[in-house]
Amino acid sequence: MLDRLLSHEPKPGILGWLLTTDHKRIALLYFWSIITAFILGGIFALLIRLELFFPGKTIVDPDLYNRIFTLHGVIMVFMVIVPAIPAILGNYLIPLMIGARDVAFPKLNLLSYYIYLLGAIIILSSVLFGAVDTGWTFYTPYSIKTGGGVLIALFGVFVIGFSSILTGLNFIVTIHRLRAPGLSWGKLPLFIWASYATSLMNVIATPVIGITLLMLILEKLFGVGFFDPTKGGDPIMFQHFFWFYSHPVVYIMILPAMGIISEIIAVHSRKKIFGYWAMAAAIFGIAFIGFIVWAHHMFTSGMSDVARWIFSFLTFFVAVPTGVKMFNWVATLYKGSIRLTTPMLYAISFLFLFSIGGLTGLWLATISTDVYLHDTYFVVAHFHYVMVGGAITALFGGLFHWFPKITGRMYSEFWGRLSAIFVFIGFNLTFFPQFLLGMQGMPRRYWDYLPEFTLLNQISTIGAFSIALGALISLITLFVYWKKGEKVGDNPWKGATLEWQTSSPPPYYNFKEIPHVEHGPYDFEIFRKKEKEQV
Amino acid sequence: MIWMLNLFPKITSSYGKEVDNVFWFIFWISLIFFLIVQVAMFYFIFKYRNRREEEVSDIEGNNLLEITWTVIPTIILIVIFFYGVYVFDNFQRRPPANAIEIKAYAYQWWWQFEYPNGYKIRDTLIVPVNKPIKLIMTSNDVIHSFYVRNFRIKEDLVPGRYTWTWFKATEPGIYDIQCAEYCGTLHSKMIGYVKVISLEEYNAWLASLSKEMDLSALSPVERGAKIFQNKGCSACHSVDGSRMVGPTFKGLYGRDAEVVVGGKEERIKSDENYIRESILNPNAKIVKGYPAIMPSYQGQLSEDEILSLIEYIKTLK
Ligand code: HEC
Ligand SMILES: [Cu+2]
Ligand SMILES: [Cu+2]
Repeated sequence: MLDRLLSHEPKPGILGWLLTTDHKRIALLYFWSIITAFILGGIFALLIRLELFFPGKTIVDPDLYNRIFTLHGVIMVFMVIVPAIPAILGNYLIPLMIGARDVAFPKLNLLSYYIYLLGAIIILSSVLFGAVDTGWTFYTPYSIKTGGGVLIALFGVFVIGFSSILTGLNFIVTIHRLRAPGLSWGKLPLFIWASYATSLMNVIATPVIGITLLMLILEKLFGVGFFDPTKGGDPIMFQHFFWFYSHPVVYIMILPAMGIISEIIAVHSRKKIFGYWAMAAAIFGIAFIGFIVWAHHMFTSGMSDVARWIFSFLTFFVAVPTGVKMFNWVATLYKGSIRLTTPMLYAISFLFLFSIGGLTGLWLATISTDVYLHDTYFVVAHFHYVMVGGAITALFGGLFHWFPKITGRMYSEFWGRLSAIFVFIGFNLTFFPQFLLGMQGMPRRYWDYLPEFTLLNQISTIGAFSIALGALISLITLFVYWKKGEKVGDNPWKGATLEWQTSSPPPYYNFKEIPHVEHGPYDFEIFRKKEKEQV
Repeated sequence: MIWMLNLFPKITSSYGKEVDNVFWFIFWISLIFFLIVQVAMFYFIFKYRNRREEEVSDIEGNNLLEITWTVIPTIILIVIFFYGVYVFDNFQRRPPANAIEIKAYAYQWWWQFEYPNGYKIRDTLIVPVNKPIKLIMTSNDVIHSFYVRNFRIKEDLVPGRYTWTWFKATEPGIYDIQCAEYCGTLHSKMIGYVKVISLEEYNAWLASLSKEMDLSALSPVERGAKIFQNKGCSACHSVDGSRMVGPTFKGLYGRDAEVVVGGKEERIKSDENYIRESILNPNAKIVKGYPAIMPSYQGQLSEDEILSLIEYIKTLK
């Protein structure tokens, strides 16, 4: 019975969705869940900004405020940004891009989705069990002392981690084993390289956060004393454990975004990626260095001075491959034919915001300036430029870029571009003032602030609503044109990667016949040749 | 360049300028890189917008260029690293040997400073101008962070270990201490002050303190009142009936106290023994409706001092 239900045959009706093993449908299940979480996290973000509109109490009391920013962080990191690109676009595109009929383990893929859902529900239900007010970092000993809801939230994050691990394993095997004939490593789209590196990081790093959270759960339940100084534990050790995962997670969030940006820029400027191998190598450079820099989050934690020097030194090397990627993207534009479509506007916005996010990291990598800026709004601005300006911008660009693939229809360029512009302006309005706030000395996670910080906080709040408006326009555009959009054929962008070589939307098994790959992912000359032949 | 200085709070410590210099050094380098990338990007977008497909060039890369933009940034990054470590090591982590050592303790959500002569003061750190001060810090509950923006210093206070930072204030005045590590409900209200005064004023203040701290000539009640101030009880207890973090001392002696003992509520009469136990072992009986956060004074108060405190409390009717 179960066997039949989980068989590969398409099933009718709602079961066809809930028990599907089709990677495309699973991707869409993730899409709906993650978008729901994104809206929820966004509402919490707006509440934070509202509270900070005036110093002192604006709408909520400090305790409630602390819970709101904790939920905002936990939802956005663990339920949205970490899974978003791999689980939605990765799931949808990886098999298509490598000419496979599905991922290597379709049933495991469905299981990963349900684990994600379970974890997400557990995290959200934690609010019923008391205050979760630790911030998404769960620092000890505060997290040991505070309310019981933290226990549930930790468990939810622990569960959701397995979804990342299983998805990672699945992708690694898929990319190794299921490439179409002729698709050598050198012909892989950069999005595949990025997904591959991300999956590796997920498989290596996620178990560490699992163990850490488990230790914290044991500590809270049974008072074991790993991290509690009154029991002989060490709270700084928790920070080491935590950042050993949570620094790589920054790259888990940004690498897939970089993959998307490479695809969009190549297709919409009709040009080969400049320095393909350097771009692929940079992905792995970032992934590798990402593992050995975690303690740069701890320059004021009381860690030894020598450790501070070493981690500062290592951190600078993340900037090298990141710089290579920036330069190569811009060089790709040179002598191309650039179309300012919605995905391209999001990609340009990425290149702008991500360079600010990346460069402001230099002040935080340098010990002497980090001591001043650490735990201020400068840090908040920096990581939002990277996570939202980078990862979320790329996600939206990707959703628009592959929208005709997924639906077979075209969205409205007018509304699409408008959303990109609103998000871009709103984003800078929200987060640029936060750099200034940090420089002037406003610490983060503050419910109240000194009166001289008022104006900048108010600008930031206004910007946040502009982002919300932009995100809303883009989501509504996607929903409306999903049904209403004009049919545009299989390959409206004239993409050269494999996902465009089948019908849009793709059939159940992706390809009528598995393609034999002869050209690289960005060889747009083939279209030029074809056109010439037709004339 | 005056407009830029306004981006930062005024520097009133000896090495604040060094830190800001590092900031601006990185700023100019970043700005140059940012402009190179963005100007090129917008120029290309403008110039190659909607060209015909046939005009697209087939460039696949350029080794020389790619090596250039790997090697040059690497060198610049290493320079930034060394500059940062130089300032960190030579200024931020190098207190002069003659620095005055003051201890700093963090509680949820207030600061306490202890002077070499044993005097404790809440929330306001009083220091002389132009004298190096080294703070030896720890926390009594969760992690906090001592952050004085005008001095450009920040260091966490961690329970179970000591951390330190130092500064030399260069201008008399009052500067905010903000807590920079999230520590719960009133994290944003955990504001203290550094009061910088001239050396003469400071010495006069210290002298008045040591007179104040020499309690032998006083009566037990007067001595109790002083201890109440000096040992920081006044941070949590009032004497006028108002509710603070802890219950008021007004009418404490002889009242019927509702306490929680091992989870069970009990009614007891507040007498000398109860008060003594409350000071030395505060968690044995917890006053109903209050958090169990009072630190134990075991080993910090002599029997004689505890008796004086009790005599003082008896007078608060
Ligand atoms: C960190 C804040 C804090 C400090 C400092 C503090 N206390 Fe307390 N104290 C409390 C709290 C809270 C309670 C009530 C809970 C309990 O019984 O532990 C309390 C309870 C008491 C009681 C019992 C009161 C009653 O109504 O039954 C006495 C007596 C007392 N403290 C004395 C002192 C003395 C003397 C000092 C200074 C040497 C001191 N406390 C310093 C917080 C503090
Ligand atoms: Cu604090
Ligand atoms: Cu704090």
